[in-house]
Amino acid sequence: MYNPQLDADGNLKHLLTIEGLPKRILNQILDTAETFVGVAERDIKKVPLLRGKTVCNIFFENSTRTRTTFEIAAKRLSADVLNLNVGTSSQSKGETILDTVDNLIAMHADMFVVRHSQSGAAHFIAQHVPDNISVINAGDGRHAHPTQGLLDVFTIRRYKPDMHNLRVALVGDVLHSRVARSEIHALTTLGVPEVRVIAPKTLLPTGIEKMGVQVFHDLRAGLKDVDVIMMLRLQNERMSGAMLPSAQEYFKTFGLTQEKLKLAKPDAIVMHPGPMNRGVEIDSSVADGSQSVILPQVTYGIAVRMAVMAILGGGNA
Amino acid sequence: MKIHIKNGQVIDPKNNINAKQDIFIAAGKIVGMGNKPADFTANQTIDATGLIVSPGFVDLSSRLREPGSEYSATLVTELHAAAAGGVTSLACTPDTQPVLDEPGLVEMLKYRAKQINLAHVYPLGALTRQLNGKLLTEMCKLTEAGCVGFSQADSAITDTQVLWRACEYAATFGYTLFLRAEDEYLAKNGVAHDGEIASRLGLKGIPAAAEGLAIASILRIAQETNTKIHLCRLSSAEGVALVRDAKKQGIQVTADVSAQHLHLTDFDIGYFNTHANLKPPLRSQRDKEALCAGLKDGTIDAVCSDHTPVNDDAKLLPFAEAEAGASGLELLLPLALKWASHHKLSVMDALSKITHQPAAILGIAGGNLSIGSDADIALFDPEQIWTVTPSQLSSQGKNTPFLGLEMLGKVHYTLLHGQITYQASH
Repeated sequence: MYNPQLDADGNLKHLLTIEGLPKRILNQILDTAETFVGVAERDIKKVPLLRGKTVCNIFFENSTRTRTTFEIAAKRLSADVLNLNVGTSSQSKGETILDTVDNLIAMHADMFVVRHSQSGAAHFIAQHVPDNISVINAGDGRHAHPTQGLLDVFTIRRYKPDMHNLRVALVGDVLHSRVARSEIHALTTLGVPEVRVIAPKTLLPTGIEKMGVQVFHDLRAGLKDVDVIMMLRLQNERMSGAMLPSAQEYFKTFGLTQEKLKLAKPDAIVMHPGPMNRGVEIDSSVADGSQSVILPQVTYGIAVRMAVMAILGGGNA
Repeated sequence: MKIHIKNGQVIDPKNNINAKQDIFIAAGKIVGMGNKPADFTANQTIDATGLIVSPGFVDLSSRLREPGSEYSATLVTELHAAAAGGVTSLACTPDTQPVLDEPGLVEMLKYRAKQINLAHVYPLGALTRQLNGKLLTEMCKLTEAGCVGFSQADSAITDTQVLWRACEYAATFGYTLFLRAEDEYLAKNGVAHDGEIASRLGLKGIPAAAEGLAIASILRIAQETNTKIHLCRLSSAEGVALVRDAKKQGIQVTADVSAQHLHLTDFDIGYFNTHANLKPPLRSQRDKEALCAGLKDGTIDAVCSDHTPVNDDAKLLPFAEAEAGASGLELLLPLALKWASHHKLSVMDALSKITHQPAAILGIAGGNLSIGSDADIALFDPEQIWTVTPSQLSSQGKNTPFLGLEMLGKVHYTLLHGQITYQASH
């Protein structure tokens, strides 16, 4: 079947979603990322793979953390970086997405890193750029956040190398989460045999089980004997209303505490894509505890984004 | 002008005619079928060898975009599209800008359509002012101005008290209400069928129950108030089942389905194809099959084009931001034929769903061929294969999920009132 992310030879052309990407490509990205982990520890934190190329971060939706890590990743590959917060400029003047993108094409950018509040925005842009430009999805609506999914499995692989023998639980707002969707596709593609989602029914999309996950509505039952716990962020505006009655009740029923963490395997790791709501989805003692790998996720995020850019830029390290 | 259509296969479902017959037209009327009337001398002869001669098609739902959205389409372009699609009568929805809620606007539209003279235009008046779901329009005055029924287009009446009153008032005068059933709250911000595909794509879904709930309340109120209801564009299996039961109970209800929904599902959204962004949303395979079966067993009375020309810019956006709708007038015939052939039905079966059945729902005279009736006729080649491309479409709206696909069945001539309004270039 046609896959807009791959070129005719089956190589990665854009990174829009993990869904539909072959395991071979995921492993290529993860293996390439391994080689970049060391770069940050050097005195000169740069490799020349993207020298002379221009990476353009186009953020139609505000973000500090993701944009910053993409920026660092591009700079460590020696690319020139252009940051555009479109949310605060042209779009508010009525310019369409395509007009914005066309202007950047005219400035000879080589790679676009795109974030947008609408699902499918990255696919849409990828369909309209010329052949020599690659698009990386940095989050589109509820649809996908592939580099986050990749850095999460990269982190898991570092702590739990045998992916074929793992039980992973995703906890929280799966319905609105592009991160959850990308994590599920990454985990199932890499052969993780058991992926669970744990959430109240109001925060699960219809037919989620068709994505190859087991559904739990009870945190205690769902956490039993898992190796990896991936917490999801709960947006402020969803904490009280028709989805959930209150943040307090959410924490009581689905918040991760030390006591509930004990139900998982003793060596289970705890992850979170950030930014965290301490006391809502996760207790501070867990977030800062010995089983937490939340900060290593951020560090590895740079290596993974470097790997994606290096592969798309043709400099296959 | 006297026209002789010779050697064609005449199919008229209403009069159950399926025979090789010549048709003779004079002064805009059919004056002879089969036998040439005495002292008839044709000014023009159309050789219909290999063609089917059918009543001009009748469409229950077209958006003509005028007034207010001329950037997307104009009356002239869309009535040309109607003629190119063999459609000679069409009902247009009131969701123009301004809304068709005043007699003067309806008169203007009727006048303009008459000037252009490419199809009979039957406006559906707004049921409530500004389609606000609160205040009733002047239905009697609107009817005098030319409205054939009343509609809320895609806006719902959420207040059941208002819906009840609207039904009672319309029933007082015997008017038909054309309602698209969708619970406004369950559908809020939704852009796709709530199912596996929407979940994967991260699109906000509209559950099929949104249609079921709304149909259930509309039918219950229609039953209490004894109102004639036409349900526009069913999309779900549960909707079809509810209508089937209602008909068994003797409730005065008819229903249509869009030609798109007979052939496509949410799977056709693919990688966020905005041409598949439709209202109601494309639903599951099971729903599609139920719609086809409902059309076959008569639960659904007619197929409509749901013609919605959208300008390119409004489709060149992320899926949820793109304007919903598809250009459909020129695909009505081939899509109806395709449905019939998939279900081992005849051309006559397909034609009945786009001729006399919709005409009966609108309460208009068209949709059949008989001596003395207006010569509104479509001649088409049922075997001709053509590819849907932007340049093939007369409509200003080039937006259709069928772009690039092959269609079977092409209109060669359309006659309105005995005048040739369309002739295919060979």
